[in-house]
Amino acid sequence: MKLLALDTTAEGCSVALNLDGQIIEQFENAPRMHTRRIMPMIRELLRQSALKPADLDALAFGRGPGSFTGLRIAAGIVQGLAYGLGKPVLPVSSLAATALVAREQNPGPVAVAFDARMAEVYWGTFRVEEGRVQPLEEERVCPPDRLSLPTIGGDERWLGAGAGWLLCDEMPKSVCDAVTERLLEAIPTAGAIALLAQQAWLEGAAIDAAQAQPVYLRDEVAWQKMPGR
Amino acid sequence: MRVLGIESSCDETGVALYDSERGLLSHALFSQVAMHADYGGVVPELASRDHVRKLLPLCEEVLSRAELDLSSVDAIAYTAGPGLIGALMVGGSFAHALAFALDVPVLGVHHMEGHLLAPMLEPQPPEFPFVALLVSGGHTQLVKVDGIGRYTLLGESVDDAAGEAFDKAAKMLELGYPGGPQVAALAEQGVPGRFVFPRPMTDRPGLAFSFSGLKTFTLNTVNAAKADGSWSDQTRADIALAFETAVVETLAIKCRRALQETGCRRLVVAGGVSANRHLRKVLSEQMGKVQGEVFYARPEFCTDNGAMIAYAGCQRLQAGQRDGDRIWAVPRWPMAELPPLDALCEDGLREPSN
Repeated sequence: MKLLALDTTAEGCSVALNLDGQIIEQFENAPRMHTRRIMPMIRELLRQSALKPADLDALAFGRGPGSFTGLRIAAGIVQGLAYGLGKPVLPVSSLAATALVAREQNPGPVAVAFDARMAEVYWGTFRVEEGRVQPLEEERVCPPDRLSLPTIGGDERWLGAGAGWLLCDEMPKSVCDAVTERLLEAIPTAGAIALLAQQAWLEGAAIDAAQAQPVYLRDEVAWQKMPGR
Repeated sequence: MRVLGIESSCDETGVALYDSERGLLSHALFSQVAMHADYGGVVPELASRDHVRKLLPLCEEVLSRAELDLSSVDAIAYTAGPGLIGALMVGGSFAHALAFALDVPVLGVHHMEGHLLAPMLEPQPPEFPFVALLVSGGHTQLVKVDGIGRYTLLGESVDDAAGEAFDKAAKMLELGYPGGPQVAALAEQGVPGRFVFPRPMTDRPGLAFSFSGLKTFTLNTVNAAKADGSWSDQTRADIALAFETAVVETLAIKCRRALQETGCRRLVVAGGVSANRHLRKVLSEQMGKVQGEVFYARPEFCTDNGAMIAYAGCQRLQAGQRDGDRIWAVPRWPMAELPPLDALCEDGLREPSN
């Protein structure tokens, strides 16, 4: 199968092709430059692989959580491509993609934390085994002092991934003590998304272009309603 | 050339299909007004979230109404600005990716040029040159229009836009959002002459507008009525009428001046406030007296819509203007900076090649 994946959920801008399991990836550190860089990167990656857009079987994207604007750029691009090509979409969690990046060569449980601003973190716990990422609990957004870890086997060690771990001083002591090894710099990449999307594809998880929507996790921002509404 | 137009600059998602030979084929709109009304104004984050949900279904609707499929689309136009940056990015990203997938050209167009050209979709479109009054929630401008992309700004508001003043007056009169239609409806019950509001900046030469003083005058009138016990539904209606009349007459006076100064006999009125019936009546009477003509878009194309973007985009795409790979999202963008139709634009209208 031929799958194009992209990620603009954080400051990086990345695109990747998964050609029957072989990953070809381009990554740029492009804060606030996604709208300038994403289309040239897609065009160039396809050109390098001598592929036409119509050769693709499916599109994948980092569906969040992450920068709201970034999520919508990725969703908009993937919707446009998938709709125009008549191909399905595979949305992939950016927390799960980060778990895979952190644990690629080193299976085990991962707790991924992104800084969600407003004194909160986006949080997801996963088990990575043989390149598969299994969520252990539902992803959520909450203040760092309300975090908790699910129970795992006694001799297993948690790995912490993502810049949200910079807030570890504010996390419960039990969480910090359980997660001694941390990869603060781990971020979602289109390559990891392309790998996870391939599994989702094989499991029949592809959806229509119109259903390709961001997952913000933060849906209750304090927008002040008018009295009585 | 058949152009798919996409509008997502504020709180309405609009899509349309325009054919240079056959005219407007179909259009569809999803208005978020009811959602934002709960907040008393547009919440940008909520607007962006809604655009990303509605855009694709609206495209499907437009094509199905026209009984066409995507393969019949020759080019794509989207609103590149001005507007809410997050909302603009949704339409721009979708438009660029769809154009790439279909291997057709794409162009980011100017939202106010869309409004300005919306009357061209009517059976009797205006000829160039004309004076345009662009009057909406974000803009109050008089522009001399010698052709597409040949705009001279004659005057604009130094503070609030006329539509914004309507929204603020609506709040003071305990009405909902958006204020324009609600103030106009209430004004119909008003008694003329009970209150007289100033006509800002009409006692001096020039074509600039100012509506913030009118807002203060309205607030003072409301507060005085509340203080002396005369606050009632009738008083609210009387204030609404006095406010609306002041705005309408101020706009009319400046239009007359702009036509005199430019020697134009044609006036085009575009933007959300151009749907105001009182304004249309006064301007039509005024133009009748001088044997001039006034042009409007049909009411549904006075507010934001995809049809005006498809039309404006079609004119420029036919002239060979197009974007490169950069998705444009320009929150502030003076219309007079737009290039003329014969300029070479291969990386969008913001950066002409020569």
